[in-house]
Amino acid sequence: MSAFFKLLARNRMALGGLVVMGLVVVLALITPLLPLIDPDVTNTADRFQPPFSPGHLLGTDQLGRDLLSRLLWGTRLSLAVGFAAALFAAVAGAAVGIIAGFYGGRTDNVIMRGVDMLMAFPYILLALAIVAALGPGLVNALIAVSVVNIPFFARNIRGITVGLAHKEFVDAAKLAGMSNRRIILSEILPNVIPVIVIAMSTTIGWMILETAGLSFLGLGSQPPQADLGSMLGEARSALITNPHTSVIPGIMILIIVMSINLLGDGVRDALDPRLKSGALSRPMAATRVDRKDKPAARTQTEGLLSLENLHTQFHVKNRVYKAVSGVSLSVKPGECLGVIGESGSGKSVTALSIMGLVASPPGVITGGAARLEGRDMIGAPYPELRSLRGRRVAYIFQDPLATLHPLYKVGDQLIEAISCHRAISKSDGRAKAIDLLRSVRIPNAEERIDSYPHEMSGGMRQRVGIAMALANDPDVIIADEPTTALDVTVQAQILSLLNDLRRERGLAIIFITHDFGVVAQLCDRVAVMYAGRIVETGPTMAVLDAPAHPYTARLIACVPELGAGKRKLEAIPGLPPSVDELPMGCAFAPRCLRAQEACQQGEIALAGEDTRAVRCLFPETTLAEETA
Amino acid sequence: MSIALQVTDLSKTFPVGKKLFGGAKGAVKAVHPITLSVNTGETLGIVGESGCGKSTLARMLVGLIPATTGQIEIEGAALNTADPADFGKRIQYVFQDPISSLNPRKTIRQIMDAPLKLLHKMDRPAREKRILEIFDSVNLRADFLDRYPHEFSGGQAQRIGIARALAAQARILILDEPVSALDVSVQAQVLNLLADLKHEFGLTYLFISHDLAVVEAVSDRIAVLYFGSVVEEGRAEEIFANPRHPYTKLLAESAPVVGRALGDPEQGQAELPNPLNPPPGCAFANRCPYASGQCRKTVPVLEQIGPDQRVACYHPLPSA
Repeated sequence: MSAFFKLLARNRMALGGLVVMGLVVVLALITPLLPLIDPDVTNTADRFQPPFSPGHLLGTDQLGRDLLSRLLWGTRLSLAVGFAAALFAAVAGAAVGIIAGFYGGRTDNVIMRGVDMLMAFPYILLALAIVAALGPGLVNALIAVSVVNIPFFARNIRGITVGLAHKEFVDAAKLAGMSNRRIILSEILPNVIPVIVIAMSTTIGWMILETAGLSFLGLGSQPPQADLGSMLGEARSALITNPHTSVIPGIMILIIVMSINLLGDGVRDALDPRLKSGALSRPMAATRVDRKDKPAARTQTEGLLSLENLHTQFHVKNRVYKAVSGVSLSVKPGECLGVIGESGSGKSVTALSIMGLVASPPGVITGGAARLEGRDMIGAPYPELRSLRGRRVAYIFQDPLATLHPLYKVGDQLIEAISCHRAISKSDGRAKAIDLLRSVRIPNAEERIDSYPHEMSGGMRQRVGIAMALANDPDVIIADEPTTALDVTVQAQILSLLNDLRRERGLAIIFITHDFGVVAQLCDRVAVMYAGRIVETGPTMAVLDAPAHPYTARLIACVPELGAGKRKLEAIPGLPPSVDELPMGCAFAPRCLRAQEACQQGEIALAGEDTRAVRCLFPETTLAEETA
Repeated sequence: MSIALQVTDLSKTFPVGKKLFGGAKGAVKAVHPITLSVNTGETLGIVGESGCGKSTLARMLVGLIPATTGQIEIEGAALNTADPADFGKRIQYVFQDPISSLNPRKTIRQIMDAPLKLLHKMDRPAREKRILEIFDSVNLRADFLDRYPHEFSGGQAQRIGIARALAAQARILILDEPVSALDVSVQAQVLNLLADLKHEFGLTYLFISHDLAVVEAVSDRIAVLYFGSVVEEGRAEEIFANPRHPYTKLLAESAPVVGRALGDPEQGQAELPNPLNPPPGCAFANRCPYASGQCRKTVPVLEQIGPDQRVACYHPLPSA
């Protein structure tokens, strides 16, 4: 709650709205206590007194009634009616929406078609029709405004409820013996209340305006009772001769609606989880770079692509998440390097940092270099980076359904990937795209090119993802868990495809995964990451057969292997450390059986020959026997 | 040995293209009639790839979706398939995604309270005592009870999910991919915990997963599902080492194993048949190197082929 107010206060406009609205509400609340003249007492002798006349601070209206008193009483009434209408519309709309969304099927269809019909009538016409049927009066105006606004709430809430009703926690509640009524009240409702509040805060201003509108037409509050709309309506005839009688209630309406809308926008921004996580703040085109020591722009490197002491951090509020702290690695043409680690180990961030694809904010590259043929690409000007992305260094991502655009045919997306980097005619592009689809062994490439992503199976989509990565004959492919979302039989096909491609084309592959089996089959060398660092690296078979770092050894022991039968598995107790609170020294020490005091006292270097290295003071010499 | 769970001809057909009034345009058979039994204290593993109907089967078993045909018996008594609360006390479910199976707006205590209060009508002190006992057995600290789900890691949240299932005091647990959302080091912790709990409380498990190695490591028997049918069933240590159905063999050969050369055992495409228009015979026939004319005409039925092995194939592979 206090976080909510902090967020709200950060928005200056919303804070202003809150203050003004607060003042208006306080004034409306204390109106009966103020020493005001009775708002309904007429005194035709004193009619149309200008503002600041004695006894009447804001003057009087056409019947000589005190305008200040009428304004305050009228504001009180208008606010009350507006709030009541919003509340009524929200409750009724939410009830309709939740029931439709939760039960779904025919119930949903019937209710929502009814709501659609309600929406088909022009807004004000429907309100007028309702008032005409019920007769003029403030309560009837309130009902009319509420009913007109029910569809807005119902549709909003139904959408949210449909999503929630299929969540696993609702299934779990059913299995815990809850009735549908109880599920709606205790599982669904608490999750939709923020949405209701957001919808209310953005519509309440409208509702006040609409009730004022009906009163203005004489259908709302009846004389002599004052509300802002009826005050305007009665002053209309004297608009030219005595403008103050209409300007004063007009200004009040303006103040109320403006401050409510500003406040409502602020409330929405503070409550909406998507806005809170910054999803709507557009990331920069390339990751922000803020390096203390700038490495040489060009050096001689051994590998085709090499990372030198790369540091990438996420700066969120006042916390610093050190996702990658000093990673160095390199790949040669035709070589496949496996990067293995658990979630949060920094393997994906390492991969994305290479081409500046880490979202900024909050990502910042704070040190190191990523060299393609010796040239540092970190901090390279954006046009240069863009020409390298996809042309020299291409990516394959985990979820092909998320990386392909759902509304374009796969062929068009492939042609676009080609035409980004060189001018190509439409027919040549199409021919090249068909070639690409063939090269990733998609059967009937000529027909498949006109398919949409959703028409393909997961395996086929990932082939399209690979084809797209190959479109511009890149030198390096960075594959981030490309087979994790796929079934084993499909995984085997994709892996063998990648393996053939790198042999045929001399591609360098950085293959990110959490699966030792995949690494063993595909990769020449492997780097094991833990808490943002490489803890061990070496030729794949050497690392797998004789892991030197205790983490590697125990991670391998954790993985059940096919063919070993039913058994108790080795487990690593505890959790990886959070990268915003990394311990001194070895990050694995708190979970390690070999750890000694020295492990947590200072930096431990990655030590060893150039191909085989380990970051450990007390490495395992043989295969782990003492793991618990 | 007594039978804990007996499933007879259980099937599920989903209507497709339902209109506002009137019937559906087509139907998808997600699960073809399945007959299975699980002995008390046993773990039956169910493996299959995406789209094979394993989750539909699991959700039918706990009453989250009504079965189209067939019946479910638990410890000899048939279940009222219309009432999830009746299921709740006898069979429970552990979800794949540990975080989304916990209501983000409720404390862990409120989540744990629900089954005790609603299924077992316990009063407050009894519930408190029981929650602490359960938390102790799943190695969770009591001070977690007043926190909200987003404060937990995947492994901890999955333990909470298991604790909730235990609170219902059902003797059978359906574990639907319980570790596939977890990291390997945490996966092993949860699998070991499940093994300990089974021993401690005398539970019976139905363990569903797409990961052959995980299923093999925890199961006594395994059933392989393809396109909504059981194609092979046998002892865990036998079924992948000595597969009799060509699909089981394909699965076993596709799994990445350290020390095995990379290869594509199928040399081509592997796509499931169209569920709206299934082939008349064996669903695997168009991917199967041994398929004959008979395979493409009639569906093979599951037949006993060894003492503990059943297979649905006209041309089962020779036993090694």
